[in-house]
Amino acid sequence: MSGADNPSPLATKVDAGAARKAGPVTETPLLAIRDLVVAFQADGHETVAVRNVSFTILEGQTVALVGESGSGKSTTAAAINRLLAENGRIMGGTVLFEGRDLARASQRELMKVRGAGIGLVPQDPSSNLNPVIRIGDQIAEVLIAHGRAKGKAAKLRAIELLEMVGITDAARRYRQYPHEFSGGMRQRVLIAIGLACRPKLLIADEPTSALDVTVQRTVLDQLDELTRQMGTAVLLITHNLALAAERADQILVMNRGEIVEAGNTREILENPQHEYTRKLLEAAPSLASASTAHQVVANNTARGSSAQAGGVGVAVPADGPSATGSLPPAGVRGDDLVVVKDLTKIFNSRGVGGKVFTAVDGVSFSIPRGQTVSLVGESGSGKSTTANLILGLETVSAGSIAFDGTQLTTLRRRELFRLRRRMQPVFQNPYASLDPRFTIEDTITEPFRVHNLGTPASRRESVRTLLDQVALPSTVAKRLPHELSGGQRQRVAIARALALSPELVVLDEAVSALDVLVQAQILELLAGLQRDLGLSYLFISHDLAVVRMISHSLHVMQAGRIVESGTPGEIFRNPQVEYTKELLAAIPGAGLSAVSAMGSAE
Amino acid sequence: MLESTFDTGAHPTTAQLAGAASTAPGDGPSPGRPATGFARMIRRPRFWLPAGVIALLVMISLFPGPFASLFGNGDPRACDLANSGGEPSVGHPFGFDVQGCDLYANVIYGATPSITIGIVVTVSAMLLAIILGLLSGYYGGWFDTILGRITDVFYGFPFMVAAIVILTAIGVRNIATVCITLAVFSWPTMTRIMRSSVMSAKNMEYVRAAKALGASDWRILVIHILPNAIAPLVVLSSLSIGGIIAGEAGLTYLGVGLQPPSISWGLQLNTAQSYFNSNPHLLLYPSLFLSVTVLAFVLLGDAVRDALDPKLRK
Repeated sequence: MSGADNPSPLATKVDAGAARKAGPVTETPLLAIRDLVVAFQADGHETVAVRNVSFTILEGQTVALVGESGSGKSTTAAAINRLLAENGRIMGGTVLFEGRDLARASQRELMKVRGAGIGLVPQDPSSNLNPVIRIGDQIAEVLIAHGRAKGKAAKLRAIELLEMVGITDAARRYRQYPHEFSGGMRQRVLIAIGLACRPKLLIADEPTSALDVTVQRTVLDQLDELTRQMGTAVLLITHNLALAAERADQILVMNRGEIVEAGNTREILENPQHEYTRKLLEAAPSLASASTAHQVVANNTARGSSAQAGGVGVAVPADGPSATGSLPPAGVRGDDLVVVKDLTKIFNSRGVGGKVFTAVDGVSFSIPRGQTVSLVGESGSGKSTTANLILGLETVSAGSIAFDGTQLTTLRRRELFRLRRRMQPVFQNPYASLDPRFTIEDTITEPFRVHNLGTPASRRESVRTLLDQVALPSTVAKRLPHELSGGQRQRVAIARALALSPELVVLDEAVSALDVLVQAQILELLAGLQRDLGLSYLFISHDLAVVRMISHSLHVMQAGRIVESGTPGEIFRNPQVEYTKELLAAIPGAGLSAVSAMGSAE
Repeated sequence: MLESTFDTGAHPTTAQLAGAASTAPGDGPSPGRPATGFARMIRRPRFWLPAGVIALLVMISLFPGPFASLFGNGDPRACDLANSGGEPSVGHPFGFDVQGCDLYANVIYGATPSITIGIVVTVSAMLLAIILGLLSGYYGGWFDTILGRITDVFYGFPFMVAAIVILTAIGVRNIATVCITLAVFSWPTMTRIMRSSVMSAKNMEYVRAAKALGASDWRILVIHILPNAIAPLVVLSSLSIGGIIAGEAGLTYLGVGLQPPSISWGLQLNTAQSYFNSNPHLLLYPSLFLSVTVLAFVLLGDAVRDALDPKLRK
């Protein structure tokens, strides 16, 4: 995009810093990192987090550093302006920025470079603004710190910056506090801070990971626009290969502290050399047209084989899954496990004159046996509340939920208790969904204890079976959650959900917090379990790309209502509602699918 | 050796913690994380130093006799007015009080009420806080509202004035009534702490998962929420033991706490105030013991806080 353009006409506005290097010498890189090694000291021994990393960024170029959590990408970024955690240390290598080695620069020199030469847009908009200081003052602070402006001038410049990042009514907004801003607006403010001194390089560390997809897109568009105008080079840190592909000129793929592949975005997409890059490409839901196709096949076989699964009878519920071998296409009535009708949930906020908030507003859909139905929407769309209503974790305000013909809304405690065995949830956060003080065995056997089933011996036996089903070794039974990785924990959560042989599993953002490769594995596991056990899934997600891979039918929710329903094929090919179109367009890499289709076809 | 006595004696908060948690199903020692936390904590001097001092003090308060007679004059009530205010001498290392009693023996015997009150008050306030905090934090609603206003009322009283009023009204001044008075003003803060940590624990996904399983409220409260929410309360309690001991001494010093012929540090200080120009050692020794005790409990509380707080553990 921005490439190595000569500074555009707007660059005349660019002051001192850029003017100094009038003739853009694109050959000398703005940033050159060579053999960077970073290690962390923990419990007396050193762990190398980044080893022998070398790359360059030219002026005005956007370079994406892609990798999973723990790959060392953020550490690399932090090493550039030496903002490593206290126990981190640069062990070797050079970080040449405009010819100066930042790895050896004094603190005084670094202070001049930070903010002025190298801007930073941090990840989390909710914690990176000081809640007790006005937004405007936080922007002006950077200008004042670097002597770019003072007093009134700093204020005017800050307002100008707010306008630049697309915040309307900037003069009034200047005087507001962070809590009066939405997440997307806060991220814009952070961008304004990052760009305030017109740095030559902007490090954007997962700048939009905490935002909804549509917001993410507008924020990134804004960032692109501004950095192009200013001729700022961008180092974009992200776990999302699709997003990187869409925004960057160059991509660096990191794995376990090393850069395993580097190159032109197009080259990497079309012709990935390293095995890890190929794996990432395959796993990226929005790029993976190939694996989507694969998934469709898997789903088809699922339909075929679920009847056989009834015969296997491992953990199949008594009434069996879809009794018929020839499964009806989604939407045909008669074999629906769950029928939701005009479901409404109204929250009354407490206190005098409390406001009434309708979280779920007349929602109707059904979940056929053995199939996956997805609810998709942005945060606040009411999808998780719908899940909680079905699980009986919230009381229904109006409407009805029928589970296998039984009305849930009128059930008494005891009856509801019995029904709970037949539907189980898996939640989003693999770090919060297991009791930190329970061993894995305790966690998985809790359902038996609650429902008073089995003997200690038979429970232990089922733990082995269940762990096996979720592809975990039986040795984890005695471990505690913090000893497991995120993906393993999520498998444990699935095992717990399966313990009572439910018919319906409610997956509330169950893969959203996982790295792409792990995400792909868990999705595969879920598809396999559905095939073998004839499970029905209610899949809640904000990620259309993931939903597409796993669902038989999906419903798009906005502001508590279902605005569009259909099969993933229909909705992706021919979205009817404006909101759905927006959501689809906002999937990172959506515009690249043609390219990647070519790539993966090879 | 000191360590083991410490475990049985001065560790009621954690012992009780374990008791509460052991209702949990766990076959075998369940919580691995706190165990490692405690294991690491115990090796540090900033833990075992105050813990050792407290262990010694607990031993003294349980068996004052042998300790008092270390120097041959172990009876605090064997007094000879001829020795009134006497200087230290052989067999009487701290000298004599105004009644001519051995000051060392008196200071040793004075440990019993102080430490008993510190521990009894803390444990009972903590139990109350656990129950009320769990109920109001988990269920909320009218119970929470009413409880909140009641604790507000307690915050409104100046502690000393209110304690004086209560003790004067009761009329009987012994360890039990002083305990009750101090406990009455200790539970509100503890309850608030417990309530807020219950409120954050109840929103965890594992609690939602347990609810979706159909687990009873009792089960969720005792097995999931209590063990995960109790750490801040344990910390606060271990820090407040010292404050309570000082509070007892304060009340007694003011003349509304324990009464003679009881023996306590507060009483000794009360007597010493009139004589400390001529006999400063009367003030010195009881206050030295009191300070060391309070300090030891506060330092222990600090160490416990560090062991339980995952943010500080790193």
